[in-house]
This record gives sequence, C-alpha cells and structure tokens, in this order.
Amino acid sequence: MAKPITSLKDLETIAVGPRPPGRPDDGGRRSGEPPPSLPEGSYRLAMFFALASIGMLFLGFTSAYIVRQGLGGDWQPLDPPTLLWVNTLVLLASSATLHRSRQLLRREAVREGVRWLSWTMALGLLFLVGQYGAWRQLIAQGIYLSTNPHSSFFYLLTAAHGVHIFGGILGLGYITLRGWRERLVFIGTPGRLQQYNALVGAAALYWHFMDGLWVYLFILLFLWR
Amino acid sequence: MTQAVATHEAPKSFIRRYIFSTDHKVIGLQYLFLAMAAVAIGIILSIYMRLRLAWPTERWPLLAKLFPNAMAGGTISPEFYLSLVTMHGTIMVFFVLTTAPLGGFGNYFLPIQVGAHDMAFPVLNMLSFWVTLAGFLVLLAAFFVSGGAPISGWTAYAPLSAIGEIAGPGLGMGQNLWILSIALFCIASLLGALNFITTTLNLRTKGMAMTRLPLTVWAWFTTAVLALLAFPVLLAGGILLLLDRVAGTSFFVPGGLIVSDKILPHKGGSPLLWQHLFWFFGHPEVYIAILPGMGITSHVLSTFARKPIFGYRAMVAAIFAIGVLGFLVWGHHMFVSGMSPYSAIAFSLLTLSIGVPSAIKTFNWLATLYKAQIRFTVPMLFALGFVSIFVTGGLSGIILGQTSLDIPMHDTYFVVAHFHLIMGVAAIFGIFAGTYYWFPKMFGRMMNETLGKLHFWLTFIGIYAIFVPMHILGIAGHPRRYAGTEGFDFLAPLQPIHVFITIAALVTAGAQLLFFFNFFWSIWKGRKAEMNPWRATTLEWTIPSPPPHDNFGAQTPVVHHGPYEYSVPGAAEDYILQTAPPAPTKS
Repeated sequence: MAKPITSLKDLETIAVGPRPPGRPDDGGRRSGEPPPSLPEGSYRLAMFFALASIGMLFLGFTSAYIVRQGLGGDWQPLDPPTLLWVNTLVLLASSATLHRSRQLLRREAVREGVRWLSWTMALGLLFLVGQYGAWRQLIAQGIYLSTNPHSSFFYLLTAAHGVHIFGGILGLGYITLRGWRERLVFIGTPGRLQQYNALVGAAALYWHFMDGLWVYLFILLFLWR
Repeated sequence: MTQAVATHEAPKSFIRRYIFSTDHKVIGLQYLFLAMAAVAIGIILSIYMRLRLAWPTERWPLLAKLFPNAMAGGTISPEFYLSLVTMHGTIMVFFVLTTAPLGGFGNYFLPIQVGAHDMAFPVLNMLSFWVTLAGFLVLLAAFFVSGGAPISGWTAYAPLSAIGEIAGPGLGMGQNLWILSIALFCIASLLGALNFITTTLNLRTKGMAMTRLPLTVWAWFTTAVLALLAFPVLLAGGILLLLDRVAGTSFFVPGGLIVSDKILPHKGGSPLLWQHLFWFFGHPEVYIAILPGMGITSHVLSTFARKPIFGYRAMVAAIFAIGVLGFLVWGHHMFVSGMSPYSAIAFSLLTLSIGVPSAIKTFNWLATLYKAQIRFTVPMLFALGFVSIFVTGGLSGIILGQTSLDIPMHDTYFVVAHFHLIMGVAAIFGIFAGTYYWFPKMFGRMMNETLGKLHFWLTFIGIYAIFVPMHILGIAGHPRRYAGTEGFDFLAPLQPIHVFITIAALVTAGAQLLFFFNFFWSIWKGRKAEMNPWRATTLEWTIPSPPPHDNFGAQTPVVHHGPYEYSVPGAAEDYILQTAPPAPTKS
C-alpha cells in the first residue's frame, strides 16, 4: 500500500481509484466511454500549425501592402491615432495577465488562475473597444476605408486582427467557464488539470501570437512607411 | 485472427450518426458524395461548352431548360459560355480535385492507416465538411442570382473581377458569391489540414514510425501542409478583391480605367498584385490536387505488382521536394504579364527543376513494375493510367515552363490540354484508383470487375482523344476561352478538330455513367468483400469491411513491419501485414 508516488498515474490512482482492467494500451476504456484523450502536446501542435496558417494570411496582406506602397502615387501615410498607443499597452498587459494565470494554474491554484484568465478577457475586450475608438478618431478626421490606400490597409489590418482577437476572447471565455466549473474536479484528479492546462497553454500560444502580431502590424503601418 | 469489435458504440440517432457525425469515416464518405455531386455538375457544364464549340449556331431547346434565362432562344451566348468556363473550373478544382482525394479518402483512411481511432479533433473535422458544403451551395447560388454566374474564370483576374456589373454579366452578385464561396472553402481547408497534420504527427499507433507510414499518408500529410500555407494567401487576396468591389478601395483596380464609356473612381491599384496573390496559392493548389493521387498510385502499384515500392525514402523525399518547390514557381503563370526577364528566368529554372522529383517518382513507379507479376485489377489499371497521363501532362509542362516557348503558347489550348491532363485527369485517375481499391473496405462489397475494366478503357482512350488534339489547336494558335471559331478566319480550318473533341468528350462522359451505375449498384448488390480482398499489407486491411465505429475497437494495433512488404523471401505468403509478429531473428 505504501507505494511511493512516482508518476501522475499513481496520483490518479489515489484520487479516483485504479483503472479498470483492460489491455494496457487501450487506456482501460470501457464500452461507451469516449476515446482515449489526445497525446500530450496535441493542442499545442495544432495551435502551432493554425498560427502558421494565420501567419500566412497576414503575410499575404503584408506583401500586398509593400507592393501597393511601392506603386506610390496616391499613397498618403496616416499619423497613428493617439489611442493606438494606449491599446497597445492594454494588449501587452493582457499577455502579462495571461502569463500570470498560466503560472498559477501550473501551481494548481485554480481559483486564482481562472480569475486572472477573466482579467485577460476583460483586457482583450478593452483593446477591441479601444480599436473601435481609434477608428472613430480617424473618421472624425474624415479618413475612411477608401480614402487612400494607406487608410484602406489600416482599416483592413486592424479589422482582420480584431476578428482574431475576438475569436481569442471567445476561446478564453470557454476556457474560463470550463475552469470555473471543473475547479473542484481538478483537486482530486491532477490528470484532468494537466489536460486543462494543455488547453490553456494552446490558448496562451494563440493570445501571445496575436499580441506580437499587433506589434508587428503597428510597426508595419506606422514606423515602416 | 480475431475481428475488431467496436468497444465504443456509434451514436444511435440517425442525425448524429450519418448527418452531423464526428466519425472520420462518415465525414470521408460525405466528402466523397459531395465530390460526386460536384463532378456530375462539372461534367454537365463542360458538355454545354463542348456543344457550343462544336456546333456554335445549333439550338438546344432541351438543354436550355436548365438555364432558361441565360440560354434564351436555346443558344449559348459567348457571355454564358464564359460563365460555364468559370463555374466548371471552380467546381472541379475546389470541390472535386481538392475535396475527393484529400477530404474524402484522406479523412476515411489516414486515421486507419496510422492506427488511430479517429482524427485528433473530430468536431473540427465535422465543421470542415459542413463549411465546405456551405461553400459549394453558395457557389451554385451564383447561377440563380441576377446577372448569373461570373465570367471571370476560376482565376478571377482583376480588374475584370474587381469592378462589378459594369464589366459584364455575372460580375455583380455572382462574383461576390464566388468570392464568399472560396473564402468558406479556405476556412474549411484550414480546419481539415490541422486534423491531418496533428493526427499524422501525434496519433500514430505503437510501432508506426514515420518511416513505416504508407505513402498515401505521406502524400496527404504534405498536401495538408500545402493547403495550410497556401489557402490563407488566397483568402487574403479574396478579402482585398471583395473590398475593391464593395467598399471602393483600390488594391487591384488601376486609375483612369474607362469601362462602357465611364471613368471608374478607383485609382492607383495593381491588377498584377492579384495575379501574384492568386498564383502564390494557385500553384500549390495544383499539387494539392495531384499529390494524393501520387500517394494512391504508389500504394496501388505496390499492392498489385506484389513488390515493395521501389525507393520508399526517395518517394517521400520527392513528395516533399515537389511540395516545397510548388511554393517557388507561381511566376510561371505570369510570363506574359510584363515581369522582368530576370525573374522570369528564375521562375523558369525553378519550374523545370520540379521535373527532377517528378522523374524520381516516375522511374520509381516503373522500377516497382519491373519484372513484377502484375495483377491487372481495375484499381491497378487506373494507377497505371495515372502514370501514363502524369508523364504526358508533365512533358507539356516542360515546354510551358520555358519563357520563350510559353510566350507564344500562353492562353492557347495548349495550356488547356496541359493542365487538364496533369491536374485534372491525372488526379481523377488517382481518385478512380482509390475508389476501386478502397470500395470493398468502405462498403463491404466488391465493385463489378467487368464494368470497371470497360469504364477504364473507354475513359483512358477517351481522355487521350479529347486532349491530344487540344495540343494541336494550341500550337495552331487557338486562344482559350473563345466561345467558338466563328468570325475568326484563322481559326475556321480548326473547326473539325473541335467537332472531333466534342464527340470524344460525349463518349467519355457517357462512360462515366458506367462508373456511377457500378458504384451505386455495388453498394447494395456487389459481391460481399472479405477483410483483405487484395491481400494487402496496411492497417485498413486488418479490420472488418466496413470498419467498426472506432476502427480498431479494443485491439489497438501494434506495427512491426514497413508498409510494402510484398513477396518477402522465405515468408509463408506473398504479403506481410504491418501488424504481423516481427520476423524471428536468424537462427
């Protein structure tokens, strides 16, 4: 009985009892149970490739931007709306809160971790509101989507990025909700928490990428003219 | 050997089981049936075009019933002919050549061949199919909106595609729907590709090293990577195009453009920008269509030659080389766009270098057949046909890849013949080989062999009868996308060739009815298939036909052998299943 705990499986055995008998490689699955969970790292791997794809989307926009700029003529560079600086700080802060949340969740402080997750979401929403404000600032100056090619790209790139941030907020919302619902389950089953953390890890990869992408777009739009 | 029994039951309700299913096998079949519907429509459109080309003034009151507005009076106007070109190309490239080999066979067989119970993300997989279907329906809707389907071709070159109805019929709402449809397709492909990649990398069963993957899996995996990286660029281009059309931006529309006596308000855009974005996607798309066919061909050739595939590692390297080079050659579609001769030379050299991995594949296929006891089954015939057509279509690619030859050939029927053979027909032969090969596994019954052979020979001869004369049309200078030769003195002598091609096309299209009949008849009436009717080696042949809901049930397979161990000296039979116990060490 006094077997030393050497692996997560041992912890799981203590928490929820031994696995039902079965062939060792089918995870002791019984009829009607869902298929065995994904190997560790699958979420991250898939997210990595999804980001490669999203990266190609923005690479496509970037090449169009550079070519269109090179055509010259009617290209009139805008000055960045002042709100953009604030928005950038907000988004960077959201990456920091997400990082904090990851740290806490890894230390099994689920309540606090989930709370920091919701802060991240709130900052994400604030960023979107700020981006809308920046649009209003430009519109107040009479600059619209079709005013000149640089303004076209500004609206296009901020909108495309904003859509991705919105998707990220939905994803974080799902994760926050799930974390809150299952916070008690995690206490007994570290395996479940580890799975959950893998999910949060993939979401964090996405969020940090979107953060970096925004900095890149900012530089492309306003510093590299 | 005991049979795999599902330990995880399929959902009981009809809707969860067959409609909104997350089972990769059901989704694979959904993709296949979607592709079959799409290919039927695509063939009908091409028959309309062929009839117009052969007998331009003839009236077709019966055919006009399908398009009462566009074919008023029973004749096909040049504008409607262009709509047919556009829709035929778009339907075939996206919803047949991409959907069937990757979405259909890839979904059905990749998880089984790597020994997984399902794809990594079944719900994403289901979404991927339904978004594809939505894209297809949106595309078809273009026929029924005011103005009809777009006339700008499957490449939708700007400014024709970018300035709206003023440029011609179908360029209003029809073109918008086209863009929306393609955007949906891009998103669906992303969801599908993520599953293919993650499943291949992370869900392989015990013992299934990457070097033991069947070549089909390598082909689907590479194709998924191409789709993942190529489709977003098309999506970016599509968004810019849509903004030019509906929001008054000027990404692709140059300034001072006068159309129908009206100066357009756009200024400063570049039509060539669209071509770059489109072909950066468009060339990898060619390989997205053909690579799965190469994988299936390797798989089938090895099975029916009863020999290991020649040069497995070289085959994998060649697939990858073709994939990588595919991203570097898009400029060869634009040799006449006024690009700098220096970039043209670079694109030309890179294009010709694709001949190297292609030749590696071809010679390895031939070496696999060398001194083999070939079994000429229907899937084998189609795989051999694939090799034949791949070589024929590839050779004209070497001609078109050279700037000096491409410039006179550009936009002639020579190009039409080239890409139909290499991208269209070769991929279709891969699909046919896969269908005849895997039908017993998918439906538990065999397809009729005699009908299949008749279908093969009619199609094989018919294809050459259609496309060889097209090369001659092209060399004679016949431009593509002309609705007929009337009014062009220099084209009039070529008219008999058009009549010949049309007759060949009608016969070949008729031969496809044999396939459709054989397919649906065999689902219910075909001879019952055993677990491994072809005596093949890979994992799909170790489970019942059709496979249970979770493929392997409680018996997760353990792999001990490579994918193509045929006629191994000293073995009891002429094939060794991948799951067979490891060979005893030499005594």
